[in-house]
Amino acid sequence: MTETLNGAQITIHLLERQGIRTVAGIPGGAILPIYDALGQSTIIHHVLARHEQGAGFMAQGMARVTGQAAVCLASSGPGATNLLTAIADAKLDSIPLIAITGQVPRAMIGTDAFQEVDTYGLSIPITKHNFLVSSAEELLAVIPRAFQIATSGRPGPVLIDIPKDVQTQAIEITEWPEPGTALPAIPADSRLIAEAISMINAAERPILYLGGGVVHSGAASAAVDLAEKANLPTVMTLMALGAMPVDHRLSLGMLGMHGARHTNLALDECDLLIAVGARFDDRATGKVAAFCRNAKIIHIDIDPAELDKIKAAHIGITADVKEALNQLLPGVERNSRKIWVDRIDQLQAQFPFRIPEDDNPLSHFGLIRTVAACLDDDAIIATDVGQHQMWVAQYYPLRRPRQWLTSGGLGTMGFGVPAAIGAALAARDKTVVCFTGDGSIMMNIQELVTAAEENVNLKIVLMNNATLGLVHQQQTLFYGERLFASQFKSMPDFVKIAQGFGIAAVDLDLATNPCAALMEAIARPGPCLIHASIDAEQKVFPMVPPGAANHEMIGH
Amino acid sequence: MNAINRNEQQAISRAVLEIDVNNHPGVMSHVVGLFSRRACNVEGILCLPLEDGKQSRIWLLLNEDARLPQMVKQVEKLEDVIRVRRHPGDHAVFCQLEGFFRP
Repeated sequence: MTETLNGAQITIHLLERQGIRTVAGIPGGAILPIYDALGQSTIIHHVLARHEQGAGFMAQGMARVTGQAAVCLASSGPGATNLLTAIADAKLDSIPLIAITGQVPRAMIGTDAFQEVDTYGLSIPITKHNFLVSSAEELLAVIPRAFQIATSGRPGPVLIDIPKDVQTQAIEITEWPEPGTALPAIPADSRLIAEAISMINAAERPILYLGGGVVHSGAASAAVDLAEKANLPTVMTLMALGAMPVDHRLSLGMLGMHGARHTNLALDECDLLIAVGARFDDRATGKVAAFCRNAKIIHIDIDPAELDKIKAAHIGITADVKEALNQLLPGVERNSRKIWVDRIDQLQAQFPFRIPEDDNPLSHFGLIRTVAACLDDDAIIATDVGQHQMWVAQYYPLRRPRQWLTSGGLGTMGFGVPAAIGAALAARDKTVVCFTGDGSIMMNIQELVTAAEENVNLKIVLMNNATLGLVHQQQTLFYGERLFASQFKSMPDFVKIAQGFGIAAVDLDLATNPCAALMEAIARPGPCLIHASIDAEQKVFPMVPPGAANHEMIGH
Repeated sequence: MNAINRNEQQAISRAVLEIDVNNHPGVMSHVVGLFSRRACNVEGILCLPLEDGKQSRIWLLLNEDARLPQMVKQVEKLEDVIRVRRHPGDHAVFCQLEGFFRP
């Protein structure tokens, strides 16, 4: 049967066919036909963000929690430019995001029309791929293909720019295309897998190095199986936290700039580094020439361009990491590796990760510990960017993949609140906690009203030290204590702000029993802001100074 | 002296890439952008559609650069790139064009 539909209706129907049930966005002139069609959809729930960047991060939150592509919408011009930061963030963390933007009618493109910007050109370097759609017919191919590209291989963001006249162009549809799905990855080279197996079996001091690709591939349990069988001490990047429970006997936690001293020293002594879905980011490696100086390297990644990019691998394997790990597992020998495991234990005893006073819920670690004590592993933990993010990464007992949402590669302040709203929308049955700081929360604070509107089960834990903490820390340590532009002179009343936006708020500073107040706030359903003042002099330690090698850490 | 001529010099210090792509308005930006974002100057560009017009072939002349293999991998990843081949810097495609570039 044929039906006549316009481009906007086709777009919405294709999204429905892709299984999309929630989208976030803001309407505007050039995307009104799509919003008109969206308003008629009985299947898709639209979340009205208050800034397009918020919509982009909400979609990211959905994608990070589910592993499926998620959609955000914006109009042309400023709508599109406001989305760019969230798209760039998705690119660096390999998140499958579909951004749909309205564009001025085709006849007006290039005329400096009202709210016209070259969205296609602007988005080239920050997307995996992008489209400027030139006919309603083309949408039938472009939209499924966008989903296929976003989810195949190394995931990433795809932008679809749709001129307004394409949205209103009516065509006859006789057949709908199949929804776009991820293409299977090219299988790993079995010869290289065999070589990797013998290299692992011959190693005396191997370390397994897990990156975000392990989470994306659903390979966490395969990685833990391999580590357990061969007794491989395991480090994780910021993006991989939760892939192995941090309290696992083989877990050395996060490596790199703010990793524990014993973790980085163990890496310095290893003779084989098995990098899985990791990209040797500078925050993980420190000075590259000094990273794992004496180690051979096996590098497994689905993206061939990551192999040999930063450090040449002795064996580089292009593969889906889950498949590669499953192929390694039978050949890798059981090995107690007593000498190496003992040495790791010795390093851990000699250079423990020191937690200063964690009983007081008004200290940074105390706050994290008390929050963790209120929750089980089902809870989703999001962060913004800054000192609070690193403290949570160091100390929160993350125990499962996709439990942890953080802006790793781009380090975007303002990520936390909207990403956590997206997570709560995608996982209505779970409690979502967003740790944030007084600097970060101000960058997307308008989304508090969206949280109220959607009544999401979101607890925002605001660590307020009235500074841009990591800037303050670097100025203190490396710029002769010349503090400049890192201390806020005026501080808003965050409790009143939250209440003004329509969400509950509690100030732990004023609570007679802060512990009880915190537990009560977390237990109460719906959105809530939990405010706590913390000491501005606290640093994220240990720390690898910028440009230094990981074994040259400062602080405890 | 064992002087080397211009072509020989070019063969050593330059590289030529032959890139088959889908022929549409954005493809050149995608390809060239990968070099410009790495502050790598594209010394020469030549592009014409192939037989049926659905595909084009882009020829790029580049200065030899330690990062070139990484850049080629990135080009290969582009959705609209079908095939990339690398040639020595003295490949005939650019040598024959000198007549069009006299001051």
